[in-house]
Amino acid sequence: MSARAPLSTLRRLALSAPALWLFLFFLAPFALVLKIALSKPAISQPPYEPVFAWADGFSGLWEKLSTLSLDTFALVISDDLYFSAYLSSLRLAALATALTLLIAFPLALAMSRAPKHWRTALVMLAIAPFWTSFLIRIYAWIMLLKDEGLINKLLLSLGLIDAPLQIFATEGAVLIGIIYSYLPFMILPLYNALERQDPSLLEAASDLGATPFTSFWTITVPLARPGIFAGLLLVFIPAVGEFVIPDLLGGSDTLMIGRSLWNEFFDNRDWPTASAVAILLLVLLILPLLIYERQQMKEVAR
Amino acid sequence: MKRGLTPFHLAILALGFGFLYVPIALVVLYSFNSSRLVTVWGGFSTQWYVSLFANEQLLQAASMSLRVALASAALSTLLGTCAAFALQRFGRFPARTLFAGALYAPLVMPEVIIGLALLLLFVGLGIDRGFWTIVAGHTTLGLCFVAVVVQARLAGFDRSLEEAAQDLGASPARIFRSITLPLIAPAMAAGFLLAFTISLDDFVIASFTSGPGSTTLPMRIYSQVRLGLTPEINAISTLLIGLVGLSLLAASVINRLKAPAVR
Repeated sequence: MSARAPLSTLRRLALSAPALWLFLFFLAPFALVLKIALSKPAISQPPYEPVFAWADGFSGLWEKLSTLSLDTFALVISDDLYFSAYLSSLRLAALATALTLLIAFPLALAMSRAPKHWRTALVMLAIAPFWTSFLIRIYAWIMLLKDEGLINKLLLSLGLIDAPLQIFATEGAVLIGIIYSYLPFMILPLYNALERQDPSLLEAASDLGATPFTSFWTITVPLARPGIFAGLLLVFIPAVGEFVIPDLLGGSDTLMIGRSLWNEFFDNRDWPTASAVAILLLVLLILPLLIYERQQMKEVAR
Repeated sequence: MKRGLTPFHLAILALGFGFLYVPIALVVLYSFNSSRLVTVWGGFSTQWYVSLFANEQLLQAASMSLRVALASAALSTLLGTCAAFALQRFGRFPARTLFAGALYAPLVMPEVIIGLALLLLFVGLGIDRGFWTIVAGHTTLGLCFVAVVVQARLAGFDRSLEEAAQDLGASPARIFRSITLPLIAPAMAAGFLLAFTISLDDFVIASFTSGPGSTTLPMRIYSQVRLGLTPEINAISTLLIGLVGLSLLAASVINRLKAPAVR
Protein backbone atom coordinates (compact mmCIF):
# COMPACT_ATOMS: atom_id res chain seq x y z
CA MET A 1 0.00 0.00 0.00
CA SER A 2 1.41 3.36 -0.96
CA ALA A 3 1.57 6.00 1.73
CA ARG A 4 1.62 9.06 -0.46
CA ALA A 5 0.58 12.08 1.55
CA PRO A 6 -1.08 14.54 1.35
CA LEU A 7 -4.11 13.40 -0.61
CA SER A 8 -4.83 15.10 -3.91
CA THR A 9 -8.10 16.96 -4.42
CA LEU A 10 -9.54 14.14 -6.47
CA ARG A 11 -8.65 11.56 -3.83
CA ARG A 12 -10.12 13.77 -1.16
CA LEU A 13 -13.36 13.86 -3.12
CA ALA A 14 -13.35 10.09 -3.66
CA LEU A 15 -12.84 9.55 0.05
CA SER A 16 -15.26 12.14 1.34
CA ALA A 17 -18.26 10.98 -0.73
CA PRO A 18 -18.56 7.52 0.91
CA ALA A 19 -17.31 8.91 4.25
CA LEU A 20 -20.03 11.55 4.26
CA TRP A 21 -22.63 8.97 3.28
CA LEU A 22 -21.59 6.61 6.06
CA PHE A 23 -21.56 9.45 8.57
CA LEU A 24 -25.01 10.63 7.58
CA PHE A 25 -26.75 7.28 7.13
CA PHE A 26 -24.85 5.04 9.52
CA LEU A 27 -23.01 6.83 12.33
CA ALA A 28 -25.40 9.73 12.88
CA PRO A 29 -28.46 7.44 13.07
CA PHE A 30 -26.77 5.42 15.81
CA ALA A 31 -26.06 8.54 17.83
CA LEU A 32 -29.75 9.31 17.44
CA VAL A 33 -30.78 5.84 18.62
CA LEU A 34 -28.68 6.35 21.74
CA LYS A 35 -30.21 9.77 22.27
CA ILE A 36 -33.76 8.50 21.98
CA ALA A 37 -33.02 5.52 24.20
CA LEU A 38 -32.04 8.03 26.86
CA SER A 39 -35.18 10.09 26.53
CA LYS A 40 -38.58 9.47 28.01
CA PRO A 41 -41.54 8.15 26.06
CA ALA A 42 -44.26 10.69 25.36
CA ILE A 43 -47.59 10.53 23.63
CA SER A 44 -46.80 12.85 20.79
CA GLN A 45 -45.48 12.87 17.26
CA PRO A 46 -42.70 11.65 17.24
CA PRO A 47 -43.45 9.68 20.41
CA TYR A 48 -40.57 10.69 22.67
CA GLU A 49 -39.51 13.76 24.64
CA PRO A 50 -36.78 15.64 22.83
CA VAL A 51 -33.47 15.41 24.66
CA PHE A 52 -31.76 18.32 23.02
CA ALA A 53 -32.46 20.48 20.04
CA TRP A 54 -29.84 22.11 17.81
CA ALA A 55 -31.46 25.48 18.50
CA ASP A 56 -30.49 25.31 22.18
CA GLY A 57 -26.80 25.55 21.39
CA PHE A 58 -24.14 24.38 23.79
CA SER A 59 -25.46 26.15 26.86
CA GLY A 60 -28.77 24.39 26.39
CA LEU A 61 -26.93 21.13 25.86
CA TRP A 62 -25.59 21.00 29.42
CA GLU A 63 -28.95 21.76 30.86
CA LYS A 64 -30.56 19.01 28.83
CA LEU A 65 -27.83 16.49 29.60
CA SER A 66 -28.93 16.55 33.21
CA THR A 67 -32.43 15.49 32.13
CA LEU A 68 -31.13 12.39 30.36
CA SER A 69 -32.69 9.35 31.88
CA LEU A 70 -31.58 5.79 32.08
CA ASP A 71 -35.15 4.80 32.90
CA THR A 72 -35.73 2.94 29.65
CA PHE A 73 -32.52 0.97 30.11
CA ALA A 74 -33.51 0.15 33.68
CA LEU A 75 -36.92 -0.91 32.40
CA VAL A 76 -35.50 -3.13 29.66
CA ILE A 77 -33.00 -4.79 31.99
CA SER A 78 -35.42 -5.37 34.83
CA ASP A 79 -38.31 -6.47 32.63
CA ASP A 80 -38.66 -10.24 32.65
CA LEU A 81 -40.07 -10.30 29.15
CA TYR A 82 -37.04 -8.60 27.62
CA PHE A 83 -34.63 -10.56 29.72
CA SER A 84 -36.12 -13.85 28.56
CA ALA A 85 -36.30 -12.54 24.99
CA TYR A 86 -32.56 -11.79 25.03
CA LEU A 87 -31.83 -15.14 26.63
CA SER A 88 -33.96 -17.14 24.25
CA SER A 89 -32.48 -15.26 21.24
CA LEU A 90 -29.01 -16.17 22.42
CA ARG A 91 -30.02 -19.77 23.12
CA LEU A 92 -31.77 -20.29 19.78
CA ALA A 93 -29.02 -18.54 17.83
CA ALA A 94 -26.28 -20.54 19.60
CA LEU A 95 -28.09 -23.83 19.06
CA ALA A 96 -28.80 -23.03 15.41
CA THR A 97 -25.18 -21.93 14.86
CA ALA A 98 -23.83 -25.17 16.35
CA LEU A 99 -26.17 -27.26 14.18
CA THR A 100 -25.22 -25.21 11.11
CA LEU A 101 -21.56 -25.99 11.79
CA LEU A 102 -22.34 -29.70 12.11
CA ILE A 103 -24.12 -29.70 8.75
CA ALA A 104 -21.73 -27.37 6.95
CA PHE A 105 -18.46 -29.02 7.98
CA PRO A 106 -18.87 -32.33 6.16
CA LEU A 107 -20.33 -30.49 3.20
CA ALA A 108 -17.43 -28.03 2.99
CA LEU A 109 -14.98 -30.91 3.45
CA ALA A 110 -16.53 -32.87 0.60
CA MET A 111 -16.48 -29.72 -1.56
CA SER A 112 -12.79 -29.18 -0.86
CA ARG A 113 -12.02 -32.81 -1.76
CA ALA A 114 -13.86 -32.60 -5.07
CA PRO A 115 -11.84 -32.47 -8.32
CA LYS A 116 -10.49 -28.98 -9.04
CA HIS A 117 -12.71 -28.27 -12.04
CA TRP A 118 -15.82 -29.01 -9.97
CA ARG A 119 -14.99 -26.74 -7.11
CA THR A 120 -15.87 -23.34 -8.59
CA ALA A 121 -19.24 -24.69 -9.66
CA LEU A 122 -19.84 -26.19 -6.21
CA VAL A 123 -18.99 -22.89 -4.51
CA MET A 124 -21.38 -21.07 -6.85
CA LEU A 125 -24.06 -23.64 -6.04
CA ALA A 126 -23.50 -23.14 -2.33
CA ILE A 127 -23.79 -19.35 -2.50
CA ALA A 128 -26.63 -19.06 -5.01
CA PRO A 129 -29.47 -19.76 -2.52
CA PHE A 130 -28.24 -16.81 -0.48
CA TRP A 131 -29.18 -14.56 -3.38
CA THR A 132 -32.67 -15.95 -3.78
CA SER A 133 -35.06 -13.92 -1.73
CA PHE A 134 -34.91 -14.54 1.96
CA LEU A 135 -38.71 -14.34 2.24
CA ILE A 136 -39.15 -16.91 -0.49
CA ARG A 137 -36.86 -19.36 1.27
CA ILE A 138 -38.80 -18.94 4.51
CA TYR A 139 -42.04 -19.28 2.58
CA ALA A 140 -40.75 -22.56 1.17
CA TRP A 141 -40.37 -23.89 4.70
CA ILE A 142 -43.88 -22.80 5.66
CA MET A 143 -45.09 -24.89 2.71
CA LEU A 144 -43.01 -27.83 3.91
CA LEU A 145 -43.59 -27.69 7.65
CA LYS A 146 -47.26 -26.76 8.09
CA ASP A 147 -49.61 -29.36 9.56
CA GLU A 148 -51.06 -29.86 6.08
CA GLY A 149 -47.62 -29.20 4.57
CA LEU A 150 -45.60 -31.30 2.17
CA ILE A 151 -43.44 -33.10 4.75
CA ASN A 152 -46.44 -34.19 6.80
CA LYS A 153 -48.24 -35.24 3.61
CA LEU A 154 -45.29 -37.35 2.56
CA LEU A 155 -44.83 -38.99 5.96
CA LEU A 156 -48.56 -39.69 6.28
CA SER A 157 -48.79 -41.25 2.83
CA LEU A 158 -45.76 -43.43 3.56
CA GLY A 159 -47.50 -44.53 6.73
CA LEU A 160 -44.58 -43.43 8.92
CA ILE A 161 -46.81 -41.29 11.12
CA ASP A 162 -50.50 -41.44 11.98
CA ALA A 163 -51.08 -37.79 12.80
CA PRO A 164 -49.34 -34.71 11.35
CA LEU A 165 -46.21 -33.65 13.19
CA GLN A 166 -46.51 -30.25 14.80
CA ILE A 167 -43.31 -28.56 13.65
CA PHE A 168 -44.64 -25.29 12.26
CA ALA A 169 -44.98 -22.48 14.82
CA THR A 170 -42.48 -24.08 17.19
CA GLU A 171 -38.88 -23.30 18.08
CA GLY A 172 -37.87 -26.28 15.96
CA ALA A 173 -39.20 -24.53 12.87
CA VAL A 174 -37.24 -21.39 13.81
CA LEU A 175 -34.06 -23.47 14.14
CA ILE A 176 -34.62 -25.07 10.73
CA GLY A 177 -35.25 -21.62 9.25
CA ILE A 178 -32.03 -20.17 10.68
CA ILE A 179 -29.93 -23.17 9.63
CA TYR A 180 -31.36 -23.11 6.13
CA SER A 181 -30.98 -19.37 5.67
CA TYR A 182 -27.46 -19.03 7.02
CA LEU A 183 -25.89 -22.29 5.81
CA PRO A 184 -24.03 -20.56 2.93
CA PHE A 185 -22.41 -18.18 5.46
CA MET A 186 -20.95 -21.18 7.26
CA ILE A 187 -19.98 -23.22 4.21
CA LEU A 188 -17.95 -20.48 2.56
CA PRO A 189 -15.35 -19.68 5.26
CA LEU A 190 -15.05 -23.39 6.12
CA TYR A 191 -14.47 -24.27 2.49
CA ASN A 192 -11.85 -21.52 2.15
CA ALA A 193 -9.96 -22.85 5.16
CA LEU A 194 -10.25 -26.52 4.13
CA GLU A 195 -9.41 -25.99 0.49
CA ARG A 196 -6.10 -24.38 1.40
CA GLN A 197 -4.92 -27.35 3.43
CA ASP A 198 -1.98 -29.25 2.07
CA PRO A 199 -3.13 -32.84 1.31
CA SER A 200 0.40 -34.13 1.87
CA LEU A 201 -0.07 -33.52 5.60
CA LEU A 202 -2.82 -36.14 5.67
CA GLU A 203 -0.75 -38.52 3.56
CA ALA A 204 2.20 -38.11 5.89
CA ALA A 205 -0.05 -38.78 8.87
CA SER A 206 -1.44 -41.95 7.34
CA ASP A 207 2.07 -43.12 6.33
CA LEU A 208 3.03 -42.73 9.96
CA GLY A 209 0.12 -44.92 10.95
CA ALA A 210 -2.52 -42.40 11.99
CA THR A 211 -6.11 -43.50 11.48
CA PRO A 212 -8.34 -41.20 9.41
CA PHE A 213 -10.15 -40.40 12.65
CA THR A 214 -6.96 -39.26 14.39
CA SER A 215 -5.74 -37.19 11.47
CA PHE A 216 -9.16 -35.57 11.14
CA TRP A 217 -9.05 -34.34 14.75
CA THR A 218 -5.35 -33.50 14.86
CA ILE A 219 -4.87 -32.01 11.40
CA THR A 220 -8.04 -31.14 9.50
CA VAL A 221 -10.01 -29.55 12.34
CA PRO A 222 -7.19 -27.48 13.92
CA LEU A 223 -6.15 -26.12 10.53
CA ALA A 224 -9.76 -25.18 9.76
CA ARG A 225 -10.04 -23.19 12.98
CA PRO A 226 -10.01 -19.69 11.38
CA GLY A 227 -12.80 -20.78 9.06
CA ILE A 228 -14.78 -22.28 11.93
CA PHE A 229 -14.57 -19.07 13.96
CA ALA A 230 -15.49 -16.87 11.00
CA GLY A 231 -18.45 -19.11 10.15
CA LEU A 232 -19.70 -19.20 13.74
CA LEU A 233 -19.58 -15.41 13.87
CA LEU A 234 -21.24 -14.88 10.48
CA VAL A 235 -24.16 -17.09 11.47
CA PHE A 236 -24.53 -16.25 15.14
CA ILE A 237 -24.59 -12.45 14.94
CA PRO A 238 -27.35 -11.98 12.36
CA ALA A 239 -29.29 -14.92 13.84
CA VAL A 240 -29.54 -13.27 17.28
CA GLY A 241 -31.27 -10.22 15.81
CA GLU A 242 -33.40 -12.15 13.33
CA PHE A 243 -36.97 -10.92 12.89
CA VAL A 244 -38.48 -12.55 9.80
CA ILE A 245 -37.72 -16.17 10.73
CA PRO A 246 -39.25 -16.20 14.25
CA ASP A 247 -42.13 -14.08 13.00
CA LEU A 248 -43.11 -16.34 10.11
CA LEU A 249 -41.97 -19.78 11.30
CA GLY A 250 -42.18 -19.43 15.08
CA GLY A 251 -45.23 -19.61 17.25
CA SER A 252 -46.71 -16.69 19.13
CA ASP A 253 -44.70 -17.85 22.15
CA THR A 254 -41.36 -17.89 20.32
CA LEU A 255 -39.47 -15.03 21.92
CA MET A 256 -36.66 -13.41 19.99
CA ILE A 257 -35.25 -9.97 20.57
CA GLY A 258 -35.53 -8.78 16.97
CA ARG A 259 -39.22 -9.56 17.12
CA SER A 260 -39.63 -7.78 20.48
CA LEU A 261 -37.92 -4.71 19.05
CA TRP A 262 -40.20 -4.77 16.02
CA ASN A 263 -43.34 -5.11 18.14
CA GLU A 264 -42.22 -2.42 20.57
CA PHE A 265 -41.66 -0.11 17.67
CA PHE A 266 -44.53 -0.79 15.29
CA ASP A 267 -47.27 -2.04 17.63
CA ASN A 268 -46.61 -0.31 20.96
CA ARG A 269 -45.01 2.76 19.36
CA ASP A 270 -42.64 3.00 22.32
CA TRP A 271 -39.60 4.40 20.54
CA PRO A 272 -37.34 4.96 23.54
CA THR A 273 -37.78 1.37 24.66
CA ALA A 274 -37.24 0.04 21.14
CA SER A 275 -34.04 2.12 20.96
CA ALA A 276 -32.81 0.85 24.31
CA VAL A 277 -33.52 -2.73 23.17
CA ALA A 278 -31.46 -2.04 20.03
CA ILE A 279 -28.53 -0.56 21.98
CA LEU A 280 -28.45 -3.49 24.39
CA LEU A 281 -28.58 -5.91 21.47
CA LEU A 282 -25.61 -4.14 19.89
CA VAL A 283 -23.65 -4.37 23.13
CA LEU A 284 -24.50 -8.06 23.29
CA LEU A 285 -23.25 -8.62 19.74
CA ILE A 286 -20.00 -6.71 20.19
CA LEU A 287 -18.89 -9.34 22.71
CA PRO A 288 -18.54 -12.24 20.22
CA LEU A 289 -16.85 -9.81 17.80
CA LEU A 290 -14.24 -8.97 20.44
CA ILE A 291 -13.68 -12.66 21.15
CA TYR A 292 -13.22 -13.22 17.42
CA GLU A 293 -10.80 -10.30 17.20
CA ARG A 294 -8.68 -11.80 20.02
CA GLN A 295 -8.75 -15.19 18.35
CA GLN A 296 -7.56 -13.61 15.11
CA MET A 297 -4.68 -11.94 16.93
CA LYS A 298 -3.69 -15.29 18.41
CA GLU A 299 -3.78 -16.95 14.99
CA VAL A 300 -1.58 -14.21 13.57
CA ALA A 301 0.85 -14.49 16.48
CA ARG A 302 1.14 -18.24 15.96
CA MET B 1 -6.86 -40.36 2.92
CA LYS B 2 -6.18 -38.79 -0.45
CA ARG B 3 -7.92 -36.01 -2.26
CA GLY B 4 -10.75 -37.24 -4.39
CA LEU B 5 -14.36 -38.07 -3.82
CA THR B 6 -15.34 -41.21 -2.03
CA PRO B 7 -18.96 -42.42 -2.25
CA PHE B 8 -19.34 -41.05 1.26
CA HIS B 9 -18.39 -37.56 0.06
CA LEU B 10 -20.75 -37.83 -2.89
CA ALA B 11 -23.58 -38.77 -0.56
CA ILE B 12 -22.85 -35.74 1.64
CA LEU B 13 -22.78 -33.44 -1.37
CA ALA B 14 -26.08 -34.84 -2.62
CA LEU B 15 -27.73 -34.50 0.79
CA GLY B 16 -26.33 -31.01 1.43
CA PHE B 17 -27.26 -29.56 -1.91
CA GLY B 18 -30.59 -31.37 -1.79
CA PHE B 19 -31.31 -29.63 1.50
CA LEU B 20 -30.42 -26.28 -0.08
CA TYR B 21 -32.31 -26.69 -3.33
CA VAL B 22 -35.34 -28.98 -2.82
CA PRO B 23 -37.38 -26.36 -0.90
CA ILE B 24 -36.75 -23.75 -3.62
CA ALA B 25 -37.55 -26.29 -6.35
CA LEU B 26 -40.83 -27.10 -4.63
CA VAL B 27 -41.84 -23.44 -4.55
CA VAL B 28 -41.23 -23.28 -8.30
CA LEU B 29 -43.01 -26.58 -8.96
CA TYR B 30 -46.12 -25.63 -7.01
CA SER B 31 -46.42 -22.32 -8.82
CA PHE B 32 -47.72 -24.42 -11.75
CA ASN B 33 -50.35 -26.03 -9.55
CA SER B 34 -53.95 -25.62 -10.67
CA SER B 35 -55.29 -26.15 -7.17
CA ARG B 36 -56.07 -23.17 -4.97
CA LEU B 37 -54.61 -25.07 -2.03
CA VAL B 38 -50.88 -24.61 -2.22
CA THR B 39 -49.90 -28.02 -0.89
CA VAL B 40 -52.41 -30.08 -2.85
CA TRP B 41 -51.32 -30.92 -6.39
CA GLY B 42 -54.26 -30.46 -8.76
CA GLY B 43 -52.56 -30.65 -12.15
CA PHE B 44 -50.47 -28.34 -14.31
CA SER B 45 -51.65 -24.80 -14.87
CA THR B 46 -50.26 -21.34 -15.48
CA GLN B 47 -53.34 -19.57 -14.14
CA TRP B 48 -51.48 -18.06 -11.17
CA TYR B 49 -49.15 -16.21 -13.50
CA VAL B 50 -52.17 -14.83 -15.32
CA SER B 51 -53.80 -13.68 -12.09
CA LEU B 52 -50.48 -12.21 -11.03
CA PHE B 53 -50.53 -9.78 -13.91
CA ALA B 54 -54.03 -8.68 -12.96
CA ASN B 55 -52.99 -7.94 -9.40
CA GLU B 56 -52.57 -4.17 -9.48
CA GLN B 57 -51.09 -3.85 -5.97
CA LEU B 58 -48.49 -6.50 -6.61
CA LEU B 59 -47.46 -4.95 -9.93
CA GLN B 60 -47.11 -1.54 -8.32
CA ALA B 61 -44.97 -3.00 -5.54
CA ALA B 62 -42.83 -4.81 -8.11
CA SER B 63 -42.23 -1.64 -10.10
CA MET B 64 -41.38 0.22 -6.88
CA SER B 65 -38.89 -2.50 -5.92
CA LEU B 66 -37.24 -2.47 -9.34
CA ARG B 67 -36.82 1.31 -9.32
CA VAL B 68 -35.47 1.31 -5.76
CA ALA B 69 -33.07 -1.52 -6.64
CA LEU B 70 -31.76 0.24 -9.76
CA ALA B 71 -31.24 3.57 -7.99
CA SER B 72 -29.62 2.10 -4.90
CA ALA B 73 -27.41 -0.27 -6.91
CA ALA B 74 -26.14 2.66 -9.01
CA LEU B 75 -25.42 4.76 -5.91
CA SER B 76 -23.87 1.79 -4.11
CA THR B 77 -21.54 1.09 -7.02
CA LEU B 78 -20.37 4.68 -7.19
CA LEU B 79 -19.84 5.11 -3.43
CA GLY B 80 -18.59 1.57 -2.84
CA THR B 81 -15.94 1.87 -5.55
CA CYS B 82 -14.74 5.17 -4.07
CA ALA B 83 -14.59 3.55 -0.62
CA ALA B 84 -12.65 0.56 -1.97
CA PHE B 85 -10.11 2.90 -3.59
CA ALA B 86 -9.79 4.87 -0.37
CA LEU B 87 -9.06 1.75 1.66
CA GLN B 88 -6.80 0.04 -0.86
CA ARG B 89 -4.89 2.92 -2.42
CA PHE B 90 -4.86 6.00 -0.22
CA GLY B 91 -2.52 4.73 2.48
CA ARG B 92 -3.23 6.19 5.89
CA PHE B 93 -5.81 8.90 6.34
CA PRO B 94 -7.53 10.27 9.43
CA ALA B 95 -10.13 7.99 10.99
CA ARG B 96 -9.33 5.13 8.59
CA THR B 97 -10.31 2.49 11.16
CA LEU B 98 -13.62 4.21 11.86
CA PHE B 99 -14.23 4.49 8.12
CA ALA B 100 -13.53 0.79 7.53
CA GLY B 101 -15.61 -0.16 10.57
CA ALA B 102 -18.62 1.86 9.49
CA LEU B 103 -18.23 0.54 5.95
CA TYR B 104 -18.22 -3.15 6.86
CA ALA B 105 -20.44 -3.10 9.97
CA PRO B 106 -23.71 -3.39 7.99
CA LEU B 107 -22.46 -6.77 6.68
CA VAL B 108 -23.09 -8.42 10.05
CA MET B 109 -25.36 -6.01 11.88
CA PRO B 110 -28.96 -7.19 12.40
CA GLU B 111 -31.19 -5.43 9.90
CA VAL B 112 -33.74 -4.43 12.53
CA ILE B 113 -31.12 -2.18 14.13
CA ILE B 114 -30.09 -0.52 10.86
CA GLY B 115 -33.73 -0.03 9.95
CA LEU B 116 -34.64 1.44 13.31
CA ALA B 117 -31.65 3.81 13.28
CA LEU B 118 -32.46 5.06 9.77
CA LEU B 119 -36.12 5.58 10.59
CA LEU B 120 -35.24 7.63 13.66
CA LEU B 121 -32.89 9.72 11.52
CA PHE B 122 -35.55 10.45 8.91
CA VAL B 123 -38.13 11.31 11.54
CA GLY B 124 -35.60 13.45 13.41
CA LEU B 125 -34.76 15.39 10.26
CA GLY B 126 -38.42 15.71 9.34
CA ILE B 127 -37.97 13.93 6.00
CA ASP B 128 -41.07 12.34 4.49
CA ARG B 129 -40.45 8.66 4.02
CA GLY B 130 -40.84 7.23 0.54
CA PHE B 131 -38.83 6.19 -2.49
CA TRP B 132 -35.61 8.06 -1.64
CA THR B 133 -35.47 7.02 2.00
CA ILE B 134 -35.65 3.36 0.98
CA VAL B 135 -32.93 4.03 -1.61
CA ALA B 136 -30.77 5.61 1.11
CA GLY B 137 -31.24 2.60 3.39
CA HIS B 138 -30.46 0.08 0.66
CA THR B 139 -27.44 2.06 -0.51
CA THR B 140 -25.95 1.97 2.99
CA LEU B 141 -26.26 -1.81 2.90
CA GLY B 142 -25.26 -2.24 -0.76
CA LEU B 143 -22.18 -0.06 -0.78
CA CYS B 144 -20.34 -2.33 1.65
CA PHE B 145 -20.92 -5.33 -0.65
CA VAL B 146 -19.63 -3.35 -3.63
CA ALA B 147 -16.63 -2.21 -1.58
CA VAL B 148 -15.79 -5.82 -0.63
CA VAL B 149 -15.86 -7.00 -4.26
CA VAL B 150 -13.97 -4.03 -5.71
CA GLN B 151 -11.39 -4.01 -2.92
CA ALA B 152 -10.66 -7.69 -3.56
CA ARG B 153 -10.08 -6.85 -7.21
CA LEU B 154 -7.80 -3.93 -6.37
CA ALA B 155 -5.82 -6.08 -3.94
CA GLY B 156 -5.04 -8.64 -6.65
CA PHE B 157 -4.22 -5.92 -9.16
CA ASP B 158 -0.92 -5.73 -11.03
CA ARG B 159 0.30 -2.18 -10.43
CA SER B 160 3.14 -2.52 -12.95
CA LEU B 161 0.74 -1.73 -15.82
CA GLU B 162 -0.11 1.61 -14.26
CA GLU B 163 3.54 2.30 -13.51
CA ALA B 164 4.54 1.49 -17.09
CA ALA B 165 1.90 3.87 -18.41
CA GLN B 166 3.14 6.54 -16.04
CA ASP B 167 6.73 6.03 -17.21
CA LEU B 168 5.54 6.41 -20.78
CA GLY B 169 4.10 9.80 -19.88
CA ALA B 170 0.39 9.10 -19.56
CA SER B 171 -1.58 11.52 -17.39
CA PRO B 172 -3.24 10.16 -14.21
CA ALA B 173 -6.67 10.69 -15.80
CA ARG B 174 -5.60 8.76 -18.90
CA ILE B 175 -4.18 5.92 -16.78
CA PHE B 176 -7.38 5.70 -14.80
CA ARG B 177 -9.56 5.70 -17.91
CA SER B 178 -7.63 3.27 -20.06
CA ILE B 179 -6.06 0.93 -17.48
CA THR B 180 -7.54 1.07 -14.00
CA LEU B 181 -11.20 1.37 -14.94
CA PRO B 182 -11.26 -1.48 -17.50
CA LEU B 183 -9.47 -3.72 -14.99
CA ILE B 184 -11.94 -3.14 -12.16
CA ALA B 185 -15.06 -2.80 -14.35
CA PRO B 186 -16.02 -6.50 -13.98
CA ALA B 187 -15.84 -6.20 -10.19
CA MET B 188 -17.95 -3.04 -10.34
CA ALA B 189 -20.51 -4.79 -12.51
CA ALA B 190 -20.61 -7.76 -10.14
CA GLY B 191 -20.95 -5.35 -7.21
CA PHE B 192 -23.81 -3.57 -8.95
CA LEU B 193 -25.67 -6.84 -9.44
CA LEU B 194 -25.11 -7.86 -5.82
CA ALA B 195 -26.40 -4.51 -4.56
CA PHE B 196 -29.34 -4.84 -6.94
CA THR B 197 -30.36 -8.28 -5.66
CA ILE B 198 -29.88 -7.25 -2.02
CA SER B 199 -32.16 -4.28 -2.51
CA LEU B 200 -34.73 -6.36 -4.39
CA ASP B 201 -34.74 -8.88 -1.56
CA ASP B 202 -34.72 -6.64 1.48
CA PHE B 203 -37.82 -6.60 3.63
CA VAL B 204 -36.76 -5.32 7.05
CA ILE B 205 -34.97 -2.08 6.14
CA ALA B 206 -37.63 -1.25 3.55
CA SER B 207 -40.37 -1.67 6.18
CA PHE B 208 -38.69 0.86 8.45
CA THR B 209 -37.80 3.39 5.76
CA SER B 210 -40.87 3.29 3.53
CA GLY B 211 -43.83 5.57 3.84
CA PRO B 212 -47.44 5.31 2.72
CA GLY B 213 -47.62 4.59 -0.99
CA SER B 214 -44.09 3.22 -1.25
CA THR B 215 -44.65 -0.46 -0.56
CA THR B 216 -41.97 -2.71 -2.01
CA LEU B 217 -42.48 -6.22 -3.35
CA PRO B 218 -41.03 -8.07 -0.32
CA MET B 219 -43.32 -6.01 1.94
CA ARG B 220 -46.31 -7.03 -0.18
CA ILE B 221 -45.20 -10.67 -0.22
CA TYR B 222 -44.71 -10.62 3.55
CA SER B 223 -48.21 -9.36 4.24
CA GLN B 224 -49.66 -11.96 1.84
CA VAL B 225 -47.66 -14.76 3.49
CA ARG B 226 -48.95 -13.69 6.90
CA LEU B 227 -52.52 -13.91 5.62
CA GLY B 228 -52.02 -17.43 4.32
CA LEU B 229 -50.46 -19.39 1.51
CA THR B 230 -51.65 -18.72 -2.01
CA PRO B 231 -50.21 -20.12 -5.24
CA GLU B 232 -49.83 -16.52 -6.40
CA ILE B 233 -46.92 -16.15 -3.97
CA ASN B 234 -45.32 -19.20 -5.59
CA ALA B 235 -45.73 -17.61 -9.01
CA ILE B 236 -44.18 -14.27 -8.01
CA SER B 237 -41.42 -16.15 -6.16
CA THR B 238 -40.64 -18.16 -9.28
CA LEU B 239 -40.33 -14.98 -11.33
CA LEU B 240 -38.03 -13.44 -8.70
CA ILE B 241 -35.88 -16.58 -8.54
CA GLY B 242 -35.59 -16.46 -12.33
CA LEU B 243 -34.59 -12.80 -12.28
CA VAL B 244 -31.97 -13.31 -9.59
CA GLY B 245 -30.68 -16.43 -11.32
CA LEU B 246 -30.26 -14.51 -14.55
CA SER B 247 -28.42 -11.62 -12.90
CA LEU B 248 -26.14 -14.03 -11.03
CA LEU B 249 -25.38 -15.80 -14.26
CA ALA B 250 -24.68 -12.44 -15.90
CA ALA B 251 -22.37 -11.46 -13.01
CA SER B 252 -20.33 -14.64 -13.30
CA VAL B 253 -20.17 -14.44 -17.09
CA ILE B 254 -19.01 -10.81 -16.96
CA ASN B 255 -16.38 -11.68 -14.39
CA ARG B 256 -15.14 -14.66 -16.40
CA LEU B 257 -15.18 -13.05 -19.85
CA LYS B 258 -13.07 -10.07 -18.94
CA ALA B 259 -10.75 -11.46 -16.31
CA PRO B 260 -8.35 -13.53 -18.49
CA ALA B 261 -8.25 -10.95 -21.27
CA VAL B 262 -6.64 -8.26 -19.12
CA ARG B 263 -4.22 -10.43 -17.20
